[in-house]
Amino acid sequence: MKQLLIISGKGGTGKTTVAGAFIKLLQARAYADCDVDAPNLHLIVNHSGKAEKKEYHGLPKAHIAANLCIKCGLCEQNCRFDAIHHGQSFYIDDYACEGCGVCQYVCPASAISLREKTAGELMLYKNNSVFSTAQLKMGNGTSGMLVSEVKKQMKDAAAKDVTIAIIDGSPGIGCPVIASLSGVDLALIVTEPSISGISDLIRMIKTARQLGTAIAVCINKYDTNLKNTNTIEKYCSDNKIAFVGKIPYDKNAITAINDGKSIVDVDCPAANAIKKVFNNTLIIKEL
Amino acid sequence: MASKKIAILSGKGGTGKTLISVNLAAAEGNSYYVDCDVEEPNGHLFFKPQIIKKKNIFVKIPNINNTLCNGCRDCVNFCKFNALAYGKQVIVFEEVCHSCGGCMLVCPTQAITEKDKLIGVIEEGISGKVNTITGIMNTGEVSGVPIIKELLSIIKNAIGLIFIDCPPGSACVVMESVKDADYCILVTEPSVFGAHNLDMVYQLVSLFGKKCGVVLNKCEAGYNPSEDFCTKNNIEILAKIPFDKNLCSLNSNGKVAVRENYVNKDLFYSLLNKVKENIK
Amino acid sequence: MRVAIPINQRDIKSEVYPSFGRAPYYLMYETNDRTSIFLDNTAALSAGGAGIKAAQLLLDNDVKVIIAPRYGENAAKVLADANVVVYKNIVGSAEDNIKAYENKELNVLADIHSGHHSNGK
Repeated sequence: MKQLLIISGKGGTGKTTVAGAFIKLLQARAYADCDVDAPNLHLIVNHSGKAEKKEYHGLPKAHIAANLCIKCGLCEQNCRFDAIHHGQSFYIDDYACEGCGVCQYVCPASAISLREKTAGELMLYKNNSVFSTAQLKMGNGTSGMLVSEVKKQMKDAAAKDVTIAIIDGSPGIGCPVIASLSGVDLALIVTEPSISGISDLIRMIKTARQLGTAIAVCINKYDTNLKNTNTIEKYCSDNKIAFVGKIPYDKNAITAINDGKSIVDVDCPAANAIKKVFNNTLIIKEL
Repeated sequence: MASKKIAILSGKGGTGKTLISVNLAAAEGNSYYVDCDVEEPNGHLFFKPQIIKKKNIFVKIPNINNTLCNGCRDCVNFCKFNALAYGKQVIVFEEVCHSCGGCMLVCPTQAITEKDKLIGVIEEGISGKVNTITGIMNTGEVSGVPIIKELLSIIKNAIGLIFIDCPPGSACVVMESVKDADYCILVTEPSVFGAHNLDMVYQLVSLFGKKCGVVLNKCEAGYNPSEDFCTKNNIEILAKIPFDKNLCSLNSNGKVAVRENYVNKDLFYSLLNKVKENIK
Repeated sequence: MRVAIPINQRDIKSEVYPSFGRAPYYLMYETNDRTSIFLDNTAALSAGGAGIKAAQLLLDNDVKVIIAPRYGENAAKVLADANVVVYKNIVGSAEDNIKAYENKELNVLADIHSGHHSNGK
């Protein structure tokens, strides 16, 4: 099963809209939402029936037993993450705690233990197709691990004869994006023709190249700035990056999404352009 | 005006955090613009600041002295992140290391010291009357939290209005950026995606007990699910910015709208006044 | 000499597992007396660094040879340091792969990928 990841670098360029369109056009039978921090794919793809849910724990977090604590403060002194504070008693800031175990090690009273904490929830919808998604509980570590779980869940549940799986990624270039990128066959970067979009695109390409992932680029809302669109196309051609097409700004995109539909369900300029991008992407050798 | 920190966040990416933060800072004049979106910082593309100071940001990574190491493997066994392994000697996996310092503490022969690993840079600059402070994480690094912590430490005692441009989402990097804020501006767009993510980020600021208001950006005629969310939850709508090709064009060319001949500049000045009323 | 293979179920006829670091079990085959035991992979539940921990687990269990479909650069570093040789598996069960190994039909695994980098938090 080949995996096609849709990412962007900059937020709001249209990853989920494009991912939703590709899922419809491919009649994909395996897809996943790896934007575990702010998942949106479920709002526009079919997922009937109840989801199998699984709690996600991440790393265990420190816990101080007040009755054993002798208030020596060694834990707070040694914590590198500013996760231990004290008022009347010493306590752990769960959001800052990274579960390193240093406080447990230095505590002379054995008052500190590491406990599992729910950091999110995985969801799997299985009928004719497999849809894997998750929601990270707010404030938790931007999690590469949960992203890996979402991908694994999809791979394990997908039917043996599925040829291509579509994965909706997250913005940025940090841990969750790195986890999304590893092991995929092709990453399609959806960018927009703004100065910010170009800056983020270049950082995204650098990140993907550091991981050795094959990449392709498409431009969304291209007609909002033709000069920048040309800049991006030239950059791709100069750097031998596959350029698979451009999509015009189209108000129909928002209407379709707000109606819970994919843009390719509507007959409009953006839909036609996305179909071309889709066809161009499928012929790339890695898929 | 006494020192006040205003965080601009969104949940969903691409709703206009940087547009708002940059223009508010420019409208105020003598102010600070802090870019905490260290993975994809964009404010500096608009301000094009004259850089006055650069500071490298490091995290600590274990350094093994093999002559002192007796192969006990206490460090390998201690590490919760599996950043250490033992083949014929201790191997350190830098990108998995969380810099907790634990291995150094447990080593019985003091064979572990620490060395610095560069993860990014902070650039301080000036653009007109705006002091810009930008965090830039190196590509390939996994977390920008240490850079954000340093950014906030730099502005701790700054005077005047400080606008903090936050990363998208609601994970720990956002929490870190919002920690010291006196007020939060939540920026959203009129799509179900926008409304859905607005809900998340509203929960986050509520959890921290932060006062907040919403800016509805890219507004068009018709149903606005984000506006609906605000009405249902009694959240103050600070401004409604219509979708405007001119603004879009200025923005995509990296221009600061309030510094150009933009017809609707007033929108930003009114927003600034509304925010000031809320933080008195 | 001990040979390890990542597997799906505690059975020598089990299929080879597609991942090295997160396989639920390892078959530990002793070439000297042709016996097998099964090892639970405690690294599979790691937030991050599963490949590193899995490699360490096998080293600590005196494994000298591994037969696997792929492994990441971090696991590779650990194994290389201890001179463990990794071969690419053939399609089939763990048992099929042991036979192929003993008949010297397997190739050394050259395809090291850049890792899955879950970097748990």
